[in-house]
Amino acid sequence: MSRQSAGTAFAALLRRDFLLAYRRRAELLQPLVFLLVVTTLFPLGVGPSPQLLANIAPGVIWISALLATVLSLDSLFRSDYEDGTLEQMVLSGQSLALIALSRTVAHWLVAGLPIVLLSPLLALWMNLPEEGMSILIKSLVIGTPVLSLIGAIGGALTVSLKRGGQLLSLLVFPLYVPLLILATSAVSSSVAGLPYTGQLGLMFAGLIAALTLAPFATAAALKLSLS
Amino acid sequence: MNRLYLFFHKTGSPPWFYRFSGYLIPWLWVTFVVLTAIGLYLGLVRAPADYQQGESVRIMYLHVPAAWMSMMIYGLMAVWGFIALVWRIRIMEVLIISSAPVGAAFTIIALITGSLWGRPTWGTYWVWDARLTSELVLLFLYFGVIALYNAFDEPRKAARAASLMAIVGAINLPIIHYSVLWWNTLHQGSSIGSSGSSIHPSMLWPLLIMAIACKFFYGANLLSRSRLRLLRQDHRKRWVQELLSEES
Repeated sequence: MSRQSAGTAFAALLRRDFLLAYRRRAELLQPLVFLLVVTTLFPLGVGPSPQLLANIAPGVIWISALLATVLSLDSLFRSDYEDGTLEQMVLSGQSLALIALSRTVAHWLVAGLPIVLLSPLLALWMNLPEEGMSILIKSLVIGTPVLSLIGAIGGALTVSLKRGGQLLSLLVFPLYVPLLILATSAVSSSVAGLPYTGQLGLMFAGLIAALTLAPFATAAALKLSLS
Repeated sequence: MNRLYLFFHKTGSPPWFYRFSGYLIPWLWVTFVVLTAIGLYLGLVRAPADYQQGESVRIMYLHVPAAWMSMMIYGLMAVWGFIALVWRIRIMEVLIISSAPVGAAFTIIALITGSLWGRPTWGTYWVWDARLTSELVLLFLYFGVIALYNAFDEPRKAARAASLMAIVGAINLPIIHYSVLWWNTLHQGSSIGSSGSSIHPSMLWPLLIMAIACKFFYGANLLSRSRLRLLRQDHRKRWVQELLSEES
């Protein structure tokens, strides 16, 4: 077997993940339906007052996005672990961090990006003022990759456990705190007519930090789970 | 062999660690009890009541050291975890998981004493203030590490997973702290920092003595827990069998 270049391996993995995702379309829809259902519960729970909903909209949408992401994270490495693909990937001689990054990118494209695309609908339901709409989308575009990157560490740590799903949420939710604070504050500030670029800038810094550090932690966690 | 190298290898060996910590533990406990007695006497009897907070200020002598410990122990867990992952030293794997319950307990103590103090002073048991919130998140991080460890059957694998989680959490902890600080703050700022202290010596001394006493408590508790864990993990190995036949 000749050793492929890193770029070829990355592209091949991405292609494989898309194909797998396409063949399991119904599974992909679940977190998105979940997102819609959870967001629907909030107006039912706190009352339909437009002003109240507008106030809590950024938080509700972001928390629903967190929950939906964590729901999809459990399956991130699971099937590859169970059928032995993961072992083959480790043996392939490619950098495991690169493999982890490719899986994470694929996860964001099939689980994170749809959340971004659905967010205008959620904003409409939650009566978010129009000024906040573009910032909400921006915050999700910057933030959801971070959710995938950090979540992948948790997914890799719990992949060898039989019921890793609950543990996964316990592990990653505390790590999502800064992101949630910054994102909701950016959206609320923009609605209030205050500057919000600082929050978005910090989120972007977080994205870069997660992009450079998280794949290595994920790789270490994968190696550990396979040992 | 180089002296330091030798010490390094010795400390990493469970029988040696067991023996060495056995000598150390009584001294740690004694120092802890003596320091706590002095610290509590100075803090509860000798130190003056605060002109604003009254007698309730005395809870600080437990609250502040516990809060310091909660953060220090998490940081130490990341250090033990790093050593455990890089050099595969088994003692470190035992240390990290023995640290977690102690750290979680200090976090809970800091939260409870803080909320008891908050009731007369701020007028409420709980507010979503930055420090309270980051302490609560820290508690969840501790729970995460403990839960992850318990989820694995094999202790060494469990300890390595917990180590990795502790490191990831420790990198995130300052980010969480500053983001929460910026989100909402009501808590008074630190009175003791690198630039000196704004507390009167009569209050500062008991506080510092209590802080040091807590460190001795951590040391004694950590070593006792680690010894027990080592015995349980190694109960079939020869050194434990020999130890048991020696003692009986």
